Amino acid sequence: MLQIDLWKRLLIWGVVLAGVLLATPNVFYGRVERHNDAVAAIEREGATEALREDAAAWPSWAPSGLVNLGLDLRGGAHLLAEVQVEDVYASRLEALWPEIRDALRDLRDTVGTVRLQDGPADELRVAISEPAGMAQALEAIRALASPVSSSTALAQGGSNDIEVSGSDGVITVTLSDAERAAVDERTLQQALEIIRRRIDEVGTREPTIQRQGADRILIQVPGVGSAQELKDIIGTTAQLTFQPVVGRASDADAQPGVGEEVLPSMDEEGVYYTLDRSPVVTGEELVDAQPSFDQNGRPAVTFRFDATGARRFGDYTAQNIGSPFAIVLDDEVISAPVIQSHIPGGSGIITGNFTIEESTNLAVLLRAGALPAGLEFLEERTIGPELGADSIEAGKLATGVAFALVLIYMAAAYGLFGIFANIALILNIGLLFGLLSLIGATLTLPGIAGIVLTVGMAVDANVLVFERIREELKTARGPARAIELGYEKALSAIVDANITTIITAIILFAMGSGPVRGFAITLGFGILTSVFTAIFVTRLLIVTWYERRRPKTITV
Amino acid sequence: MRLKMVPDNTTFDFFTRWKLWLGISATLIVVALASFAIQGLNFGIDFRGGTTIRTESAEPLDVGAYRTALQELDLGDVVISEVFDPSFGPDENVAMIRIAPQDDAEAVSQATIDSVRTALAEVAPDIEFTSVSSVGPKVSGELIQTAVIAVLLAIGAVLVYIWLRFEWQFAVGAVVALVHDVALTIGIFSELQIRFDLAIIAALLTIVGYSLNDTVVVFDRVRENLIKYKQRPLKEVLNISINETLSRTLMTSFTTLLALLALLALGGDVIRGFVFAMTWGVIVGTYSSIFVASVILFWLGVKRDWSKPDNAAGNQFANVDA
Repeated sequence: MLQIDLWKRLLIWGVVLAGVLLATPNVFYGRVERHNDAVAAIEREGATEALREDAAAWPSWAPSGLVNLGLDLRGGAHLLAEVQVEDVYASRLEALWPEIRDALRDLRDTVGTVRLQDGPADELRVAISEPAGMAQALEAIRALASPVSSSTALAQGGSNDIEVSGSDGVITVTLSDAERAAVDERTLQQALEIIRRRIDEVGTREPTIQRQGADRILIQVPGVGSAQELKDIIGTTAQLTFQPVVGRASDADAQPGVGEEVLPSMDEEGVYYTLDRSPVVTGEELVDAQPSFDQNGRPAVTFRFDATGARRFGDYTAQNIGSPFAIVLDDEVISAPVIQSHIPGGSGIITGNFTIEESTNLAVLLRAGALPAGLEFLEERTIGPELGADSIEAGKLATGVAFALVLIYMAAAYGLFGIFANIALILNIGLLFGLLSLIGATLTLPGIAGIVLTVGMAVDANVLVFERIREELKTARGPARAIELGYEKALSAIVDANITTIITAIILFAMGSGPVRGFAITLGFGILTSVFTAIFVTRLLIVTWYERRRPKTITV
Repeated sequence: MRLKMVPDNTTFDFFTRWKLWLGISATLIVVALASFAIQGLNFGIDFRGGTTIRTESAEPLDVGAYRTALQELDLGDVVISEVFDPSFGPDENVAMIRIAPQDDAEAVSQATIDSVRTALAEVAPDIEFTSVSSVGPKVSGELIQTAVIAVLLAIGAVLVYIWLRFEWQFAVGAVVALVHDVALTIGIFSELQIRFDLAIIAALLTIVGYSLNDTVVVFDRVRENLIKYKQRPLKEVLNISINETLSRTLMTSFTTLLALLALLALGGDVIRGFVFAMTWGVIVGTYSSIFVASVILFWLGVKRDWSKPDNAAGNQFANVDA
């Protein structure tokens, strides 16, 4: 009758034990967090005495997964940025103009003079003076088109990147839909990568940087003082150029000639350089930059150019041996070494008065480069750490009280069976936290509300069963049969009732964002664990008790 | 000795006055919708765009002085309200300031926030901004849309699920009950002018889930009893089913309410609106599962013979053992 196979019992206790073990780190939150941070730091930059001590705060063999705290609990900044992909369309078209001009110039006899016209930013308008040559002009421009290179374009049948049409002597060039999609994709990927690197650079814990929809990026960084601070981090652009030096002066008022500019030196006070405004090579042609040390053991940054950059750099150094050459970062001259020899191969080293940290930062900034397009911030939120701490305190207190009330009430209403349900409820919270730690879910303030709600609702499955057992006791033959029937008959109600709640949790998760999503997660997992504990754990407790005592009658 | 919400065997009659119950519910819905139509909801910035700043200062709060200080900045519509919570000490004076969206920008500029800070620092020198949120009109428009879709989707999904597991009359009953709960919740938010933001939508969806939970438990028993008592009139079967599950319905609602009340009192002011919505939802949800969902089922009538093989699906979980 009331039988549960041994392997099932072991499995149930095994799951419970695993859940509770996974949940334990959260009880020692501060200590485990220090351990985790120290371990990560040791992996990154080697061990120090202090780090080792922190790492030892929590045994390394123990589970160390924690429930992440959301911004509303930890404090931090949240930004929703829209990437202005139109900027990229416009610059993409602008870059086409020289090519089109050259192509049409070759056909000067048939198309006449060629002129660029003003038009909307997503169109390039070219006027030709001989409308009769339109067909040929269109053909020449179409020949400039190249297939869209992206994985999405393949699905669209390998279309070309531009669309060309003409009427009344005006040729209109636009980007094709496939090219726009490809540009969007590339731009977003690049922007995501750059934002990620810049934020990682600052080294905050667990930032969230996610793409949302076609052209948006969600950025959440705990521990940042304000949204503005975060914007500053993201907005920092390291613009690196290599420019020929015209002269050196001691004041900023030197009169630069046409096409020249005066820039200050980064580490020599009162030194200014007059530079040729057009750079020989720029940071865009960099493929890599790494922190390193120069021959004197001082921190430096080594870099490598791509093929074009390497050729130009090589040519320039070959032709200008003996002249100074300025390395300019964000309108400051880092250094202006004299070219000693032809530098082929496109790699070099920037030396200056750097600390190790500065050279690391510079390398990262150079690698990351500039954002491919502007960002518009649609949503900004800053939560102060004190408010978050208050919320955690309030949440803990409320959860504790809710828990106690439910435990007392269940014991009062169902006696011994109520105590079984209470044990299951406590294990249920353990399992829930274990599960949340395992998947690294984020706990938010509504998420805490979700847990409290789970505490209230988790007893529901038990109540359903107990009420059913009570009913069966009136008719069934003996307590064992009543318990068995109670579980059997309550099951369909439990399943139906909880599936409907799961459905709403899934919808919330899919449609919601941030805190709401945190709520959906705790609600959804709370239902899973509460059904598990009610159907398996409580039942196992009751059956074990029944086997020991063999009572003739039971009261529920 | 057991604590009992309801006696062991109850024989309340829920259907003799079924028209009255439906009438009460319909009236409440009309009142709720009228309040919504006349007053409208007090939308938070999630849905209308703009900026909210939560300030904290040790100085006693003078809303009037804050208002005067901010008037000079010419920020358009500014709403200042004091926040109360039993957990605040005497040196915690918290206010929420809501600023309408500024014309020129999606999100509020740092310059605006700085100017607000400077202006308020003249009234309360130690003022701190414990949180600042700014939502642009573009996003807020989308958030409304997403929220409405989410609620409709949830109700739709539930309709389909109940229809598959039961019969269409059950699905209609459950969904009318849900609409009733959602309408009454929106109604009380509009009547009391409690701030309605994104979290409240989450609460609405939870209410949908909770109310349904209750309804489904009653329906499950109805289905079982329809097979058991083939000859009895529908009214009697429904009454038996509700009475049999009454103890459970009230038990669960009570434990959930216990937990929610603890959260309402002690959970802090940040989520109070959210918890209030859920507390209210549990109350109306419990009411509606009996007095709306079951009454609608009674009104529509239902197919009686559930022992036919094509409807055996309802018992497919019954043989799972632990």
